[in-house]
Amino acid sequence: MHNPGDRLFGLALWGAAVGVTAVFAWLFADIARLGLGSLSLDFIATAPENAGRDGGIAPILVSTLLILGVAVGVAAPVGLGAAVWLNTYTRAGSRGGRRIRLALDMLAGMPSIVFGLFGNAFFSVFLGLGFSILSGGLTLAAMILPIFIRTVEAGLGAVEDGWRLGAAALGLTRSAALAHVILPAAAPAIGAGLMLGIGRAAAETAALIFTSGYVDRMPESLADSGRALAVHIYDLSMNVAGGDVHAAASALVLVALVACVNLMAVALSRRWLTRRLAV
Amino acid sequence: MTPHTLGDIEMGPPCCVPVPHLSIENLAVAYGDTPVLSNVSLDIHKGCITALIGPSGCGKTSFLNSLNRLTDLIPGARVEGRIRLANESGTLDLLDSSLDVRALRRRIGMIFQKPNPFPMSIRRNLELPLREHGMRRADLLAHTIETALADVGLWNEVRDRLDAPALTLSGGQQQRLCIARALVLEPEILLMDEPCSALDPIASGVVEEMIQSLRGRYTVVIVTHNLAQARRVGNYAAFFWMRERIGQLVEFGHCRQIFDAPVHPATAAYIGGMHG
Ligand SMILES: Nc1ncnc2c1ncn2[C@@H]1O[C@H](COP(=O)(O)OP(=O)(O)OP(=O)(O)O)[C@@H](O)[C@H]1O
Ligand SMILES: [Mg+2]
Repeated sequence: MHNPGDRLFGLALWGAAVGVTAVFAWLFADIARLGLGSLSLDFIATAPENAGRDGGIAPILVSTLLILGVAVGVAAPVGLGAAVWLNTYTRAGSRGGRRIRLALDMLAGMPSIVFGLFGNAFFSVFLGLGFSILSGGLTLAAMILPIFIRTVEAGLGAVEDGWRLGAAALGLTRSAALAHVILPAAAPAIGAGLMLGIGRAAAETAALIFTSGYVDRMPESLADSGRALAVHIYDLSMNVAGGDVHAAASALVLVALVACVNLMAVALSRRWLTRRLAV
Repeated sequence: MTPHTLGDIEMGPPCCVPVPHLSIENLAVAYGDTPVLSNVSLDIHKGCITALIGPSGCGKTSFLNSLNRLTDLIPGARVEGRIRLANESGTLDLLDSSLDVRALRRRIGMIFQKPNPFPMSIRRNLELPLREHGMRRADLLAHTIETALADVGLWNEVRDRLDAPALTLSGGQQQRLCIARALVLEPEILLMDEPCSALDPIASGVVEEMIQSLRGRYTVVIVTHNLAQARRVGNYAAFFWMRERIGQLVEFGHCRQIFDAPVHPATAAYIGGMHG
């Protein structure tokens, strides 16, 4: 049954899997070793002192969540609309649809610093939003839109034609078919797209330095500047001597945050599925 | 619609006083630049079951889809000719671009080859089309749903699990649910595209019996590759065949005549294949 080629291939796969896991484990162990000691409820609940060497990350956590909230709040509806629109056009096999897809793929691969500069020029300066949570959130929204649209659009494309035709044959309007049949069927893809986007946004530094800024005070409104976790980590480890420990602790919080979001997404899409299939 | 007197089904008798419900003239269907069906003219009679038979790819599905304008949804599909639906007040031109397609599809329901219940509960599957067509009252909804499920012989099987996902039903039950879903809208005509071909013989028999019971109450057009089934359920049969890669209607008549005394040699050969 197993010829030597198969064996070798299997071994190579195993090797790759172990290698990737080991690198991640090493990284994680490193920040855990450094940061776990200073991780506490106090760390999450108090403001930073002494440029972040002491104190906690409360205002930074709040800013991060606000920035993410703005980004998702804007990107989700806009992206859904765009994906639905794009799907209708590519379905008809139009060339315009293919071009837009290509453009989106290119945008999705764009370095985030480009979005940062764009956000600074457009949101901060041109629209006069300055360095603010709003600028940062909108910039992140622009950054995650391409990947979100593409994921959702692929999900919509995978929805069975039988449902589409079935809905039309029952005289359902296009919007009713979309709302009741097609979008629910594409829910796992929508969830996956959101998670990819949030993951990318939560880890973003470069795009935020130019848009939401560095200020580590507790933001009072969306018009205030706010420092995101990733920016905080970057600042602590690059610009603050003796900031390593708190950088590692903040990194642990960030990892936990992203992991939470991902787990939530998995749970949500699984619930969607089981509600429909009850397997 | 008044029920028509029906003869003995096994004999494939003349079904009724033929009253055209759909009149099709010179229908042609093309996808992009490729014609797949041309020059189809026939009348679909009220209250009767018309079986469409013919080899794969000869345009039976395309024909069916053009009757409820589902072709509008297929990129590149073009339909030419005339399809007229008998109305109280004369006839309705179905290919008219200003036609209210939603209202049309409410009058002409469709059942697909692969059962396609929506990924939601059994109850919601039936409620959704009703609500979308304006029925809001809970008691009316419940009553209509029960009637439709009873009509397809599904009520006793699912009455205790109306809120279970429709996709947990067996294939045959799913197909009957789809028929019920079409029936709740009280259509006049039902188009069925190989409704039994994805089912096992027993489920297929149940669905076939169900279709038999629609005779006289609905006008049914059914595509089937199962010639024995066409013969059992059909009052009329239409035989499609390909000439130069384009589907054509070769012969149309009473089921008995098509199966026992086909006029066209291609029909005879195709039907003959069933015995040989
Ligand atoms: N969406 C489409 N685009 C292009 N060509 C199509 C499309 N749908 C069907 N065709 C072509 O049109 C022809 C007729 O197809 P159709 O599905 O109507 O045949 P059919 O008689 O229903 O076949 P079967 O018995 O296999 O279901 C076939 O040659 C098919 O390849
Ligand atoms: Mg077909």
